[in-house]
Amino acid sequence: MSWLQKLLPPKIKSRTPGAKSAVPEGLWSKCSACGATLYRTDLENNLDVCPKCGFHSPVHARRRLDILLDQEGRFEIGAEVKPFDILKFKDSRKYPDRLVAAQEDTGEDDALVVMQGAIHNVPCVVAVFEFKFIGGSMGSVVGERFVRGVKAAIEHDVPFVCVAASGGARMQEGLNSLMQMAKTSAILTRLSDKKLPFISVLTDPTMGGVSASFAFLGDVVVAEPGALIGFAGPRVIEQTVRETLPEGFQRAEFLLEKGAIDMIVDRREMRRKLAQLMTLLTRQPALN
Amino acid sequence: MKTTFLDFEQPIADLENKIEELRFVQDDTAVDISVEISHLEKKSQDLTKSIYAKLSPWQISQVARHPQRPYTLDYIRDIFTDFEELHGDRAFADDTAIVGGVARFNGQSVVVIGHQKGRDTKERQYRNFGMPRPEGYRKALRMMKLAEKFNLPVITFIDTPGAYPGIGAEERGQSEAIGRNLYEMAKLRVPVICTIIGEGGSGGALAIAVGDVVQMLQYSTYSVISPEGCASILFKTAERANEAAEALGITANRLKTLGLIDKVITEPLGGAHRNPQQMMLTMKKSIADALKSLHEKSTDELLDARFERLMSYGKFKEETA
Repeated sequence: MSWLQKLLPPKIKSRTPGAKSAVPEGLWSKCSACGATLYRTDLENNLDVCPKCGFHSPVHARRRLDILLDQEGRFEIGAEVKPFDILKFKDSRKYPDRLVAAQEDTGEDDALVVMQGAIHNVPCVVAVFEFKFIGGSMGSVVGERFVRGVKAAIEHDVPFVCVAASGGARMQEGLNSLMQMAKTSAILTRLSDKKLPFISVLTDPTMGGVSASFAFLGDVVVAEPGALIGFAGPRVIEQTVRETLPEGFQRAEFLLEKGAIDMIVDRREMRRKLAQLMTLLTRQPALN
Repeated sequence: MKTTFLDFEQPIADLENKIEELRFVQDDTAVDISVEISHLEKKSQDLTKSIYAKLSPWQISQVARHPQRPYTLDYIRDIFTDFEELHGDRAFADDTAIVGGVARFNGQSVVVIGHQKGRDTKERQYRNFGMPRPEGYRKALRMMKLAEKFNLPVITFIDTPGAYPGIGAEERGQSEAIGRNLYEMAKLRVPVICTIIGEGGSGGALAIAVGDVVQMLQYSTYSVISPEGCASILFKTAERANEAAEALGITANRLKTLGLIDKVITEPLGGAHRNPQQMMLTMKKSIADALKSLHEKSTDELLDARFERLMSYGKFKEETA
């Protein structure tokens, strides 16, 4: 046993199962923050933001892209890149089984979806994490699709936007996953050489290897309200420092106060805000 | 200094104790038992050889964390000259978990940077167990920029359980500090040679390990997550760290096979701490070779090769729909 193990409590506390509020299927939906009962369609029309308390519920990658991008002229980039089991990794389940389960669960074949299109007629490439796919974890496919997205942005001389939602690097791909941090950060040097903006949008949650690579390399770093953003998870920190964490620790508002991000943007304003920032940085005329 | 033996080295420890006792007896007896002693020494060597020939990844992790293993400052003291340590990130503090400065290597000016662990309780605490805070990474970056300005090669030594997971570290932007280093190291206009000498713990290691030559000591590890951390997430108990270590593929030989590192540096029998002098010689030669191999390249060639290598990381299938 290492000194560190001896220092730490023996087990990471598992989340109490009862704490999760069950979202009923069908017509009605319950806000997991304020508990308000809402019409499912009302919630959807409000982009999954609670009309009562403003809580931002998680949204799937494709829905996010649908919300952000103009209807016309969008197409996917990097879909040809698919995952496979490099290490023959096995824990309680085999990695290929996990991949299949995640694929069935989400309809995606890995945790990043990249599309080229436009936001308010401003052309750009947008990459969005699918958190429901193994915690939005970054492995080889995520890294490669990210790189192809940035390359497409360079090729078409357009800005690159990434919407992060990830627990960090994907353990099941071992060191290859860690190296995706270096890979994604490195490609951004090329985008920068071309003076093309990278806008990084951080949503709940953006942690670990994703947080500690490209997430904070944005020319502008934006976060959704209430998003948990940080390097180490709150429980790990609590166990290390043996202190209660301050109120609102690692939340978007906390990061804004500490000077870590540029702004907090409501999901309902995101499209306009991103388009505005892109036009400003690329010296394009104002939006209509 | 008396060698500290690891659990799986117990048979070697027993033999070494016996040798020690015999030496003690030899001192105050007329009977010559030196033959006996040298016989046992040979036996101990053979035993060490056979145990070390088939170490499991988890056992290698133990060697990588051995309390007597040479640390960055040991390498700096023994294979560099005129080391001038530089301190501080110019913004917040001097992080003692990362050390660095200017020095000479075989007479050539270089910048040397590395994680630093402590030997005793007090020093371990002082070095924060080799776990840097953001100011450590920012200090490292400041020194790399210095290297770039004065056209000096950068030599880094990696040995950390990981970046420190603390409240202050988060408040001061641990993520940003690590990400910034990855970005800047990808385009640093001088040769960068990285050697993992003990623990290569995740992002906290990678943040000073992006370079043109990445090499590992034979019994060092490099991993996306610690075996304990992985086991507690996937198996719900840190006790199964040995299985996680196996699954993660964290050893130098495995990573060389996977094409993720350039070179495995052979350690003395029983690990670097059993024969530090020999380790220093091997390390010095290895760094000299790496510097020589990069010396012939122009800066653009160097940067292109570094970039291509970074882009090559990861394994995936490609299917056209």
